Amino acid sequence: MFQVRIHGRGGQGVVTAAEMLSIAAFEEGRHAQAFPSFGSERTGAPVVAFCRIADKEIRLREPIMEPDALIIQDPTLLHQVDVFAGLKRDGYVLINTNKSFEELGLGDFLKDWHAERLCTVSATEIGLRCVGRPVPNVPLLGGFAAVSQLLKLESVVKAINDKFSGKVAEGNIAAAAEAYQVVMREMEEAKKEAVHA
Amino acid sequence: MLKQCEGSHAVAEAVALCRPEVICAYPISPQTHIVEGLGEMVKGGELKDCEFINVESEFAAMSVAIGSSAAGARTYTATASQGLLFMAEAVYNASGLGLPIVMTVANRAIGAPINIWNDHTDALSQRDAGWLQIFAENNQEAVDLHIQAFRLAEELSLPVMVCMDGFILTHAYERVDIPSQEQVDAYLPPYEPRQVLDPQAPVSIGAMVGPEAFMEVRYLAHAKQMQALERIPEYAAEFKAVFGRDSGGLCHTYQAEGADTLIVAMGSVLGTIKDVVDEMREAGHKIGVLGITLFRPFPIKQVRDALHRAKRVVVLEKSLAVGLGGIVSTNVRMALSALPIDVYTVVAGLGGRAITKRSLHALFRKAEKDDIDAVSFLDLNHALVDKHLAREKAHRRSGPVAEALLREVGTVAAKIA
Repeated sequence: MFQVRIHGRGGQGVVTAAEMLSIAAFEEGRHAQAFPSFGSERTGAPVVAFCRIADKEIRLREPIMEPDALIIQDPTLLHQVDVFAGLKRDGYVLINTNKSFEELGLGDFLKDWHAERLCTVSATEIGLRCVGRPVPNVPLLGGFAAVSQLLKLESVVKAINDKFSGKVAEGNIAAAAEAYQVVMREMEEAKKEAVHA
Repeated sequence: MLKQCEGSHAVAEAVALCRPEVICAYPISPQTHIVEGLGEMVKGGELKDCEFINVESEFAAMSVAIGSSAAGARTYTATASQGLLFMAEAVYNASGLGLPIVMTVANRAIGAPINIWNDHTDALSQRDAGWLQIFAENNQEAVDLHIQAFRLAEELSLPVMVCMDGFILTHAYERVDIPSQEQVDAYLPPYEPRQVLDPQAPVSIGAMVGPEAFMEVRYLAHAKQMQALERIPEYAAEFKAVFGRDSGGLCHTYQAEGADTLIVAMGSVLGTIKDVVDEMREAGHKIGVLGITLFRPFPIKQVRDALHRAKRVVVLEKSLAVGLGGIVSTNVRMALSALPIDVYTVVAGLGGRAITKRSLHALFRKAEKDDIDAVSFLDLNHALVDKHLAREKAHRRSGPVAEALLREVGTVAAKIA
């Protein structure tokens, strides 16, 4: 079972992201369960949503306390919420930012991690450009497909088409594809650097 | 058709497939998405020949449901928590009059303190209201139980509450097989009321009954529920024949063969419990599960049959009988009367407190050694409680409890579990 925890703020589509991730996994024939951490969903307030992906029925109903992957939709949460709580060793981390992990002050904390599992993407900018709104959730899913290698980008596209239609769907598809490419390049570079080091 | 969708959405589709003629509801979390979905289907013309009535309160919702059901319309509503309490008087009337209304209760705690999260206190407060009460373990079962509920309600001429865990199920996206209209039509015939307000054949429904016959009317309500215990397995078997799935019924054992310790629970927590029990079985523990699907009528014989070989029974329940202990466990104890089996009550998950595998592993291991109290509270923050008790001892004006405890624990929104 692969467990993903998504941190963001109310209004950033945190819950929708977890739901879409589960739809993408379902499209690949897998079992998936998405659910929000309930109740605190006010605009701007910290919001958490969860997604489990497995090859058999998922019966477990506890919140995800030891995630395999984290998607952080808002880097300002790093100073407010213990977003890394329980993250598995060498788990995947994808942060919506135009800064590096070092610039975010996470360099020391994650220094022994596999570098290609730590990625960033300016998802808000991509969202603003492709969809016309500063919503980072869908581009981050594209980026997550890249960093985790868990899902195909085309499954994320199917999930987008399930949730949106028309121009909004088109924009989100473009945003997801762009973020996917950004993260793929980032991983390539991390691998190269690892070889040189 | 297999799809990945929200529990509320799946239930709305299932209810629509049952061809309700009147839907009335007042929004309250976590039930709202269900009736919103149905409202859209009525407005969009997907759900035909159905009147969606916006009412001004839950009391009005149940009152409208009573009226439309008495007029012979297949009637559906949904509520939760304070909404269920607000309609309580009419809830008793619906069953007292024998009207086959189907209502979803998206289980949520009751205030004060106000809390929108899941537990079973709301539905269980109405356990003696004369409604059938069925609890869903996952969203597939929630879909299936709604379809069975209309059949049951109309055959028995009794209202049915389908209970599903608020948020944990209503807001969870998971894989659900939505049946076809043909399947549902094959299983659920058009509503043929036992009593109906019909100008062509006038009757009155709802006479005042004095001491001369009140006991008898109430006895018949009880007798009818007892009959339901025999009919429900038949409807579940028929359901399996049409839909190819086991759903509903009275109660279900899991890994119970040769178990010394049996865990009893209702609703979605059964999934987490089963995962824990699988792990413990692999480690050689003789432990199993009994899931109760039907809480009213209470399947006393089947529960006894399922549990009577165990050395001990742990009832893990999301409800609290203040001043006594458990509600489900009190019922289970009655089923086990005169048997030499220890029954432990564990109150868990109140107001949405997460029930984790880690806590269950520890609890079940202690229970196996009979090292738990007759009534205990899973993951209770004893330090927090003790501190407040000390405060009350020290100060006459110790202030409001909820506010004092929140101050102690600090911001909760930032915590994950």
